[in-house]
Amino acid sequence: MSVRNTIRALPALFRVGVFEAVAYRAEFLVWVLSTTMPLIMLALWSAVASEAPVGRYGQPEFVAYFLATFIVRQLTGAWVAYEMNFEIRQGALAMRLLRPVHPLWTYAVENLAALPMRLVVALPVAIALLVFSGASRLSHHPVIWLIWCAAMLGGWLITFLANLVIGCLAFYMESSLKLMDVWLAIFFVFSGYLYPLELFPPILRAVADWLPFRYQIGFPVELMTGAHTPAQALLMLLRQWLFVALMLGIVTLVWRRGLKRFAAYGG
Amino acid sequence: MFRYLRLLGVQLRASALLSLQYRYEFFVDGPIEFFWAITMIIPLMIVFQGRTSVAGWTLGEALVVSGWFVLLQGILEGAINPSLTSVVEHIRKGTLDFILLKPADAQFLVSTAKFEPWRAMNILTGIGVFIYAFHLLGRPPSVLGLLSSILLLATSSLLLYSLWILTVSAAFYVVKVDNLTYFFSSIFDAARWPSSVFRGVLSFIFTFVIPLALMTTYPAQAMLGKLSAATLLSAVIGSLLFALLARLIWLQSISKYTSASS
Repeated sequence: MSVRNTIRALPALFRVGVFEAVAYRAEFLVWVLSTTMPLIMLALWSAVASEAPVGRYGQPEFVAYFLATFIVRQLTGAWVAYEMNFEIRQGALAMRLLRPVHPLWTYAVENLAALPMRLVVALPVAIALLVFSGASRLSHHPVIWLIWCAAMLGGWLITFLANLVIGCLAFYMESSLKLMDVWLAIFFVFSGYLYPLELFPPILRAVADWLPFRYQIGFPVELMTGAHTPAQALLMLLRQWLFVALMLGIVTLVWRRGLKRFAAYGG
Repeated sequence: MFRYLRLLGVQLRASALLSLQYRYEFFVDGPIEFFWAITMIIPLMIVFQGRTSVAGWTLGEALVVSGWFVLLQGILEGAINPSLTSVVEHIRKGTLDFILLKPADAQFLVSTAKFEPWRAMNILTGIGVFIYAFHLLGRPPSVLGLLSSILLLATSSLLLYSLWILTVSAAFYVVKVDNLTYFFSSIFDAARWPSSVFRGVLSFIFTFVIPLALMTTYPAQAMLGKLSAATLLSAVIGSLLFALLARLIWLQSISKYTSASS
């Protein structure tokens, strides 16, 4: 599994992934539709804000926030935990292990390969965002947008690695999907997916700062809507990547130890 | 009819025995359930931060809707999801043949294949949320309100079930849809909010296309004594019609079933 071999295999794996996403369009569409929550929250918060603005958020600010949330969630989504649970139980993981590329790489590339299809969904929303909230509610600072690119990558990595950790736990238990549910429940509360974290009471906001969830969604979205100065943003980016490093460490650990328990039933 | 009741009894007993094998799940599910209830109430608290009503609902009233949401989620995940997820699997693998061969109605058989009794925890959690909500409101629900909300509980379950049957029918046409459960619960998630917060297109969709409003908001209104008799009646008739439609579509799509692989 040399580095050179892996790098050479990546483009081909990526292409296969893209074809897969196109081939199972219906399934793909279902995944996309199941992330329409921001649009529902948009309706909810618009109704709330139509009576009186919430904090500094009036109706237009909510529109910008949740359309941005939708885009970020589309582009940083990962679902490897489900795949891994299935493959470990069915023994299909054995096929991946046979390949001369590390399975974690193949998972990562397959995930990223869905991006072109996801862009197709996210692009109209991005245009809507520009039209409805105008450029005025989005950040103008070029540095912020640079940080945003790194933040998107970091956000995806956190989501992806968390999925891997939970997926690896399927080596130890029959199904770790229940844990995924718990993770998602906390994610919904602390990520800024359902409401801007600014609206949190101060104590909960402090908690959110020290959990990985807000760096998955809230942070990139806040960058887009211009909630941070470049200095603040850099500091948060640092924290985000600390979480990435931490989770990467956990993944290598559980993967190595878990794999020893893998018994490839069926296959 | 009697035969089907007995069949239901047999299927229930099998599920009960199966879940007794996984007793520990009860102890895992209990805390998770409690935790879910809390994560559900937090967004509500945020919405109501510093205001007494949203779209005509006070916090206590909105909590009643949440209580119904928890309750129905228990029914969905305990009695509806497990069976129907396995149908999707059957369709994909072609093993549905074995069910179709049995001398009983296929829809009945697939819908009662599996129950998860531990999910009844949700009912307790739901009742807990109701108690807290009515404590905030400072008055108990009326007897008439309770009775009509129990009637609506039946119609809501029927609606949920019919929606699932419709989703499963889709699996006959587009085969690889393992993630339907996930999709379904993400749509159902919108039912935790009182339906009047949604306006325009969404309000239309959630009343007539995916009748979320009928599932949680109406029973909550009934409990609060705010639902008119006419709405109650139309909810009952509407959900019966919906169930009938689902049945027809199921029959239609099962006739399209061409066994895979076997």
